[in-house]
Amino acid sequence: MTGEAHAAVEFQLSTPPDLVRRRRMGRIFELACLVTAAAGVVVLAVLLVDVIVDGAGWLNRTFFTRPPSRIPTRAGILPALAGTIWLMSLVALISFPLGVAAAVYLEEYAEKGWLQTIIQTNIANLAGVPSIVYGILGLAVFVRWMGGLTGGRSVLSGALTISLLILPVLIIAAQEAIRAVPNSIRDASYGLGATKWQTVRHHVLPNALPGILTGTILALSRAIGETAPLIMIGALTFIAFTPEGPRDAFTVLPIQIFNWVSRPQDDFRHLAAAAIIVLLVLLLSMNALAIWLRNRYEKEW
Amino acid sequence: MSTIRVTAGGDAALETRDVSVFYGSNEAIKTVSFEIPRNKVVALIGPSGCGKSTLLRVFNRMNDLVPTARVTGEVLFQGEDLYADHVDPVEVRRRIGMVFQKPNPFPKSIYDNVAFGPKINGTGGDIDAIVEQSLQQAALWDEVKDRLSASALELSGGQQQRLCIARALAVTPEILLMDEPASALDPIATAKIEELIHQLVADYTIVIVTHNMQQAARVSDYTAYLYLGELIEYDDTNTIFTAPTEKHTEDYVTGRFG
Repeated sequence: MTGEAHAAVEFQLSTPPDLVRRRRMGRIFELACLVTAAAGVVVLAVLLVDVIVDGAGWLNRTFFTRPPSRIPTRAGILPALAGTIWLMSLVALISFPLGVAAAVYLEEYAEKGWLQTIIQTNIANLAGVPSIVYGILGLAVFVRWMGGLTGGRSVLSGALTISLLILPVLIIAAQEAIRAVPNSIRDASYGLGATKWQTVRHHVLPNALPGILTGTILALSRAIGETAPLIMIGALTFIAFTPEGPRDAFTVLPIQIFNWVSRPQDDFRHLAAAAIIVLLVLLLSMNALAIWLRNRYEKEW
Repeated sequence: MSTIRVTAGGDAALETRDVSVFYGSNEAIKTVSFEIPRNKVVALIGPSGCGKSTLLRVFNRMNDLVPTARVTGEVLFQGEDLYADHVDPVEVRRRIGMVFQKPNPFPKSIYDNVAFGPKINGTGGDIDAIVEQSLQQAALWDEVKDRLSASALELSGGQQQRLCIARALAVTPEILLMDEPASALDPIATAKIEELIHQLVADYTIVIVTHNMQQAARVSDYTAYLYLGELIEYDDTNTIFTAPTEKHTEDYVTGRFG
């Protein structure tokens, strides 16, 4: 082969100018994606740094063991923290069985037809209803109408309202987890002479459980920050005691935070920041638990 | 098409009479009538979409689980129509076991996979003994006896399929339906499954769907050839593969199409 032929081949394989331009476009797009991806992280980081600087110094024993006070150095979040824990526990107890049962019905039992379609569409719509609307519903139904049962403006009324709020999200998450259980498992179970209930009980639910739990925790971590519906049903903004039972009056962390930030003194702003830290820690631990559960029980079929 | 009968001393484990299966308005099986002799292996062959698997699922009422499916005609099992009103499909599936195309062990231990059937059916008796016996029947016991509590998903594909067979045997069915049980396996694992079929036929009637004509020739006593939902020909396997009556059958088994 002659030298000329070699040169010709090299010329064809070297980067043509057009390709340089195309590569540059690709690179620009990659950077744009990186910037948008980073935006969320940066915002969270700024938020965290800001509240930690403002509030970390106020996280002491008094803060966790005292009720709020008009004197900032004596104020604490005990009632709000207890209220949040009460509320979340009740919400979990109410919404988890209802949500899972609804999802099992829709996925395993309901005949595909107009009824199922109507229920499904309504659940999807309910998931988008503003939370204040649930507050109005809770006020009318749980506080006023069923007041004798729930104790009126009680932690139970709040829990029922918040449960309604997160049920659609929980049902949809549980449905997805149930749908992810392969049909081959159901076939195997039915093929052995198992009834529908035995199949659901022994195979579908255990295999869907990690997904259901993840969805539940994420739904709860959304609920933990809800304020509007609770204000609507009359959760108190100033409360000096912890709830003793589900029929007691209560307040929650977001309402306490709102109460503090709306005061003029700087010290209350710091208290609010400290309470935000507590709320964020609760929320992030719940999310971490969800991720841990997902990884721990992730199935390979 | 008239009833095609193969009689083994008149002793049929299953008999279909004018069975048709509809998916919506689509007729997937068209008035099939034939007999499956007791303690024999019957192979269902035919090109993809001919209805082999649908017909197999008629026998243990798995089609009931498909909302749009509808079965007409009679399927006689021990003199009773499986589709009669008083027949409970759950009981049918306990008496007529099934092994699926893709090995589908439960994501549980080897022991729990086999024990599940006897437990839910409340068979009673010694579950440990049933598990051991079933695994032995499926020629898997020696390979897993030291790790019964290990996950079934750790087994190889061939072992998983034999586990699925053991699981089906644990509820003591009378008939075993196999839907392409070796199609997802390598040749060595396939050979093991086929050997197992030879052993099991002493105690069970086996109906096997297969894509693999050599496999049908090797394992079965009788072969049914289906095409577009119709039973074209049914005879003993030797005849089907060497001297079929129908031209269509001959074209298929000699590999001229399909």
